[in-house]
Amino acid sequence: MKQSQIRVLIAKPGLDGHDRGAKVIARALRDAGFEVIYTGIRQTPQMIAEAALQEDVDVVGLSILSGAHMTLCPKVVELLHTQGQEDVLVLLGGIIPDEDAAQLKTAGVHAVFGPGTTSAEIIAFIRNAMVGG
Amino acid sequence: MPKPVPTQQLINNLLRGDRLALARAISRVEDDAEEAARIVKAVFAHTGRAHLIGITGAPGTGKSTLVSALVESYRARGETVGVLAVDPTSPFSGGALLGDRVRMTRHSGDAGVFIRSMATRRGTGGLAKASADALLLLDAAGFDCVLVETVGAGQAEIEIARVADTVVVVEAPGLGDEVQAIKAGLLEIADIFAVNKADRKGAARTVAALEMMLETGGAAVRTVLHHGQRMEAGATASITEDEDGWSIPVLETIAVSGGGAAQLRDALERHRTWLDESGARVARESRRLNHMLQTLVQAEILARMEQALSPGLHREMVEKMQQRETDPYSAAADLVRKL
Ligand code: B12
Ligand SMILES: Nc1nc2c(ncn2[C@@H]2O[C@H](COP(=O)(O)OP(=O)(O)OP(=O)(O)O)[C@@H](O)[C@H]2O)c(=O)[nH]1
Ligand SMILES: [Mg+2]
Repeated sequence: MKQSQIRVLIAKPGLDGHDRGAKVIARALRDAGFEVIYTGIRQTPQMIAEAALQEDVDVVGLSILSGAHMTLCPKVVELLHTQGQEDVLVLLGGIIPDEDAAQLKTAGVHAVFGPGTTSAEIIAFIRNAMVGG
Repeated sequence: MPKPVPTQQLINNLLRGDRLALARAISRVEDDAEEAARIVKAVFAHTGRAHLIGITGAPGTGKSTLVSALVESYRARGETVGVLAVDPTSPFSGGALLGDRVRMTRHSGDAGVFIRSMATRRGTGGLAKASADALLLLDAAGFDCVLVETVGAGQAEIEIARVADTVVVVEAPGLGDEVQAIKAGLLEIADIFAVNKADRKGAARTVAALEMMLETGGAAVRTVLHHGQRMEAGATASITEDEDGWSIPVLETIAVSGGGAAQLRDALERHRTWLDESGARVARESRRLNHMLQTLVQAEILARMEQALSPGLHREMVEKMQQRETDPYSAAADLVRKL
């Protein structure tokens, strides 16, 4: 009687108030059968890492449209690792220039999704990572 | 995926108060019935210390905000708090959007607080099937008090009365003329009423309406369906013995600003003292354990039955019913006889 369910944290770090994308993704993931914990805007990396721990999520999804991704994302990844959650999949969405995306991927962000990404792409990526990872 | 931590190690770490271990143990209890059995067996001796408080009420009355204010109030006294916030699973996708946490972010960074969201999955009555087990884990991890927020109760979602020591029913003015708790069938399970959003007009009227309900019909209503156990109803119904001496307070709160939270906490503490001194705590725990036992026995019997009866047999019976060779009752009796 096992019924594992993929748990995803959707968070908006920093002072960025653009929450439309995050909410769209949160709803799409719920409709795809995931359990989504939405933490709202204005989260510090510490808050996000702590929520990820308490919620024991498989995926942390960050949404950043403010341009602060280069400082915020590596910090979240670092905190996740030091608290023993090296295995969590970290995704990033929002307005992220390509060269930044490339650099973040070497810093532990697994994938970056920009404007126009379909929910189907994101869902497929997560499903794939969960079985294959 | 890296190798999962062995269950025994997880349990040891949980009992030592390790937060990641607690978080992972809750997931295992949710995901896997066998793991749940293993983990609960190991921690059960360490439970029974925390004050288990249920927070229920109609959607949007301010339960999450009130939980957050209460956490603050308990923390001001130095008590540690675990929170279990339950939200509904979508019956269509099986997914869930768990949003209670948004209202509780200010406790971030406080090592004396642990907040966990939980989807109902296949649970009914406003809680998940794994909720009771998760409460045991939070209790075993050493939190002084554990707050459980149910899903926004629509209709008599009273499962909470079976798992909590104390139930707070949250009401808010301005959700229509009726007192929501009455409509939702929650009157019977309240140990304390919190009329939240007392900054809005209509709060005093809601308080008055509740107080009137309690004076006129309250006690008899409670006896009919007290804490999820159906009792003898009717004109001769008397207040169940463990309810002697507790009169249900109706308190005003303003959760957004923390107003009334200290009074609510005081009422919760009074209720806890009363539970201990009157013997009600023992009675409630005994009902709770009895209910857990029944649930587990039923699940086990169901599982064995499903194992014993092949799907082919079921199909055969359905076909016979369609041919009108047999009827649903006879078919069921036939199947059970085959066990
Ligand atoms: C709508 C909008 C607003 C609205 C926001 C409403 C809201 N509550 O969200 C309002 C008017 C409030 C606003 C304000 C501002 N905005 Co504005 N805004 C936009 C705009 C036009 C569209 C954003 C949007 O909602 N898109 C729709 C959603 C669905 O798309 P999305 O968020 O990109 O999400 C998709 C992907 O990125 C990805 N995704 C997103 N998050 C996540 C998360 C995960 C886990 C995953 C997997 C995927 C994923 O999937 C989604 C679906 O494809 C953009 C321009 C643009 N073209 O993006 C500017 C833009 C983001 N805004 C900008 C700016 C500068 C501002 C302001 C600072 C303007 C000002 N000077 O006042 C303020 C700041 C507000 C604040 N508090 O932060 C700039 C940001 C520049 C930068 N990054 O360097 C942009 C890029 C415009 C521009 N070209 O200059 N804005
Ligand atoms: N004016 C006022 N608004 C409040 C008060 N408490 C909560 N709210 C607001 O009421 C709305 C709902 O609050 P929540 O705490 O999410 O309510 P809930 O009962 O947990 O909601 P569900 O979990 O969805 O059933 C939010 O916008 C809160 O800010 C209060 O005391 N006064
Ligand atoms: Mg809530």
